[in-house]
Amino acid sequence: MRAKTIDRIATYVLTGIAVLIIAVLVGLLGFILTNGWHKLTFDFITSPPDLLKAGGGVGPQLFNSLYLLVLTMLISLPLGLGAGIYMAEYAPNNRITQSIRLCIEVLSSLPSIVVGLFGLLVFVTMTGWGYSLMSGALALTVFNLPLLVRISEDAIRNVPKSQKEASFALGISKWRTVVTVLLPAALPGIVTGAILASGRVFGEAAALLFTAGMSSPDLIFHDFNLDSPTSPLNPFRPAETLAVHIWKVNTEGLTPDARDVADGAAAILVLAVLLFNLGARWFGTWLFKKMTSVTR
Amino acid sequence: MNTLDFDQGNTIIRTKDLSVAYGEKTAVSKISMEIERNTVTAFIGPSGCGKSTFLRSLNRMNDLIPSCRVTGSIEIDGIEINDSNVNIEGLRQLVGMVFQRANPFFKSIYENIALAPRYHGIRSKAELDEIVEQSLRKAALWDEVKDRLKESALALSGGQQQRLCIARAIAMQPSILLLDEPASALDPISTMKVEELISELKDEYTIVIVTHNLHQAARISDKTAFFLMGELIEMNETSILFTSPAQKQTEDYITGKFG
Ligand SMILES: Nc1ncnc2c1ncn2[C@@H]1O[C@H](COP(=O)(O)OP(=O)(O)O)[C@@H](O)[C@H]1O
Ligand SMILES: [Mg+2]
Repeated sequence: MRAKTIDRIATYVLTGIAVLIIAVLVGLLGFILTNGWHKLTFDFITSPPDLLKAGGGVGPQLFNSLYLLVLTMLISLPLGLGAGIYMAEYAPNNRITQSIRLCIEVLSSLPSIVVGLFGLLVFVTMTGWGYSLMSGALALTVFNLPLLVRISEDAIRNVPKSQKEASFALGISKWRTVVTVLLPAALPGIVTGAILASGRVFGEAAALLFTAGMSSPDLIFHDFNLDSPTSPLNPFRPAETLAVHIWKVNTEGLTPDARDVADGAAAILVLAVLLFNLGARWFGTWLFKKMTSVTR
Repeated sequence: MNTLDFDQGNTIIRTKDLSVAYGEKTAVSKISMEIERNTVTAFIGPSGCGKSTFLRSLNRMNDLIPSCRVTGSIEIDGIEINDSNVNIEGLRQLVGMVFQRANPFFKSIYENIALAPRYHGIRSKAELDEIVEQSLRKAALWDEVKDRLKESALALSGGQQQRLCIARAIAMQPSILLLDEPASALDPISTMKVEELISELKDEYTIVIVTHNLHQAARISDKTAFFLMGELIEMNETSILFTSPAQKQTEDYITGKFG
């Protein structure tokens, strides 16, 4: 009787919490989207911002966000995956491994502004690149690596041990076992981790203020010369992202429609994250099926 | 040379004073045993007596356990497999293994079987197709799965999965098949199918099977070895061991007095 009552209360409380969380989420999304909805025009999405007059857009910023995401993932995914494989399968269980693990923990709890300042020192000043996409991508790699390492390590460790045994018993080497048996089976976990990390890249502002910078050249989208400062693909040009732009417009925007621009940019940011998530999940499922024939 | 003196006649596995310990704990102590080519040998004994440990030392799967120490000699086809310069991948091609719990890869039925032959150098699609079909046929699974080779192996029933694991081991064309309680997690009908399969495979392979089920041992094996607390108590023709065991402990075990 008592146990039953407690059970019922617990159920209500937990359901309540869940509903609350969802309500907050829906409320937030609804708020951002309704506020920014009227700005979602082709013109706003594609044209560059205007510093003084009303009517500027966020084209370069949207592109920068996406390009920075790609660059960051190109650098951090192989590193994170490699380190995750090492930690899960190769690292001996000793002091050194334990201290590596501790370092990863510490790294993952660094405030992003600190990562940003570190990036300013190392990737901007010491490399002599100045504010650039590459500096931003490296700072975000520092920021994301702990998460990626941990998630890929866990994902690989969570593959049942019997899979590894089966492969070894067939005379398959350890490395090939990792690549052909363990990694495909660990894929869903790794994809989830990559999506989480990507979300952080999209939304991050503090680590980028002093690395990728707070301005963007007016990009010429048909300029494919990687050296040209106005080429969208040049990784060594400054690149203000959407999140940074929102922050900047909100704090020091001079145009009469600054508020509007921030709202619109926020809506675009949210939509981009949402679309990216769905896309990545779909791709992950497709890849998992392709590699394992397992439908989930 | 030594290998020529070796009685190539019929012995394929010969262990001498084989001991295996996990850290301080001895799991197998000083077991000497000979197993003949193309026979079925059953290992019986209460759980924890070292049957799996002994079996796993025959394809050096114990190498995976850091605390595990193997001493003594194991000759397979006249070659000492505990030598440090033995090619372990080659050994495991020669000595296939099927585990207690079916452990198909998270892959298609086809890939489950093709994975290892491809790794060991067979690239041609036609050749792989042939290996997949032949292995599945030998494992009496072909008719049940031939129309869905591209589907996930995890969608098969438990019994089918276990036969797939047998097919996967056969695909390597081993001489020896080690089976560690392959039917203990299966229903009676699947168990029967696996038993029939083992009897058929005997012509081509030397089979060593660990089983909890004494009736199963009596039905399918030519020889039976009784293990107790890490020691080999008795090994003999199955018909003799079950009817007139030489040792008191064996008799107690097969008459159900303990275990
Ligand atoms: N990985 C391991 N680490 C430590 N001890 C083990 C390990 N595997 C088995 N043992 C011990 O070795 C003994 C023999 O085990 P096992 O060979 O699995 O017996 P059986 O297969 O006959 O049930 C048992 O006492 C068991 O606890
Ligand atoms: Mg066992």
